[in-house]
Amino acid sequence: MRTFKRSYWALPYLIFMLLFVALPLVMIAVYAFTDSSGAFTLANFTRFFTTAEDLHTFAYSIEISIITTLLCLLLGYPAAWILSNSSLNRSKVTVMLFILPMWINMLIRTLATVALFDFLRLPLGEGALIFGMVYNFLPFMIYPIYNTLNKMDKSLVEAAQDLGASPVKVFTKITLPLSKSGVMSGIMMVSMPTISTFAISELLTLNKVKLLGTTIQENINNGMWNYGAAIALIMLVIIGITTLFSEGERENESGGLL
Amino acid sequence: MKKFLAQSYIWLLLAMLYAPIIIIAIYSFTEAKVLGNWTGFSLELYKNVFGGGLNSSLMKAIQNTLSIGILAALLSTMLGTVSAIGIHNLYGRKRKVMTFLNDIPMLNPDIITGISLFILFIAVGVSQGYTTILIAHVSFCTPYVILSILPKLRQLPANTYEAALDLGATPAQAMRKIIIPQIKPGIISGFILAFTLSIDDFAVTLFTKGNGGIETLSTYIYADARKGGLTPEIRPIMTLIFITVLILLIIINIRSMKNTKK
Repeated sequence: MRTFKRSYWALPYLIFMLLFVALPLVMIAVYAFTDSSGAFTLANFTRFFTTAEDLHTFAYSIEISIITTLLCLLLGYPAAWILSNSSLNRSKVTVMLFILPMWINMLIRTLATVALFDFLRLPLGEGALIFGMVYNFLPFMIYPIYNTLNKMDKSLVEAAQDLGASPVKVFTKITLPLSKSGVMSGIMMVSMPTISTFAISELLTLNKVKLLGTTIQENINNGMWNYGAAIALIMLVIIGITTLFSEGERENESGGLL
Repeated sequence: MKKFLAQSYIWLLLAMLYAPIIIIAIYSFTEAKVLGNWTGFSLELYKNVFGGGLNSSLMKAIQNTLSIGILAALLSTMLGTVSAIGIHNLYGRKRKVMTFLNDIPMLNPDIITGISLFILFIAVGVSQGYTTILIAHVSFCTPYVILSILPKLRQLPANTYEAALDLGATPAQAMRKIIIPQIKPGIISGFILAFTLSIDDFAVTLFTKGNGGIETLSTYIYADARKGGLTPEIRPIMTLIFITVLILLIIINIRSMKNTKK
């Protein structure tokens, strides 16, 4: 009876969440399927799929997101592997060094990247955008991979070595499969924000390159709420599908960032 | 040799990650209007930050950032603590529903969180400003507070709460004297986490601040950067924020290391 009562303590939060998390998401769907007078319509979606510029932006955002994710994986996996193999105390500090920049405001980090490119007299544009994305999101890739590699039973690697496996074989047959859940988490954590960001592309390409996030923001700013909501819903669906798809592979990393 | 290569790779990546921040920090010690021009060492910008030499809109933005950060952290820590205790005592499907709802703000990209709240506020006709920013921040900070408290609740020895009640404590006493002290580290970490998340936020604030002219530091910087020139005083402010975050993170980590040792 007593425990029953304490469970009621979750009630205010439930109401809060329904009001300010669930309801707003429902409202996105409502606005996406209505016109400005509130009548049901599919026009927002047909407009998106028939506007060449917006479709191009959509495809381009996905392309940039894939490139960024792959680069983060290529750069981040070796780093995570090296960190998981160095002595515990030192690697803990180094991992913290990798996470630290993540806690600096994303805008500030991006403006700092602009400063770096100015400093090195490099032009802003697509190259700067990809560097800025990798710079912003690399820690999100390293951390989950490091975590799974760190928890991995190292004796499996030793056993494979004792049984005569070459280093390449040990990596492809033991280390890589066992770190799959970390890799999946990393891919999720990098690809989600890269698909939705808008300020980074604006600042790093002097507004020459548009990403999907920018399109949404512009429409919302210009009062085209229904159209903006429709694109946001499309983004949400893509993210939802990817999350469901990777859910099985992903280990629960919740609360692990600190 | 192999080890050396591995170490250099790590240092190279770290250099890449820190290069932009270090450049900002270095150029906070010169007066030049444009970042990248070095006009000799000077503490002028720092003097401006602390000596009231900031323009009033930047000053206001900093005050808003701090007050929203503290209020959002306080509110989400209170809400989060109560809810964590509630969720800890839920079982089966109810618990699954709550954890699922709790995960949504963390999985949602911030632009979606921002737009969804924006649409909610215009749909019900609430004028946006300080309060709506605060509500938005509490909504995305609370899940993190809950996640930092739940593990502490799980570590509690079973039935201490019931034992206290059997020994004659009222439920309120048992909560205050038994449960709260033991989960305090989680509550404090949650508070710090919520504070850093709030002052760090940009996208959600941008969509929930309305047109009333209220700015936080990040939306101020965004508007500033869009106009082309960055107020030079932003450089020392960024440097100071970096150092503050550094100190806060070191505190959280030392705390969690101490706890794991126990």
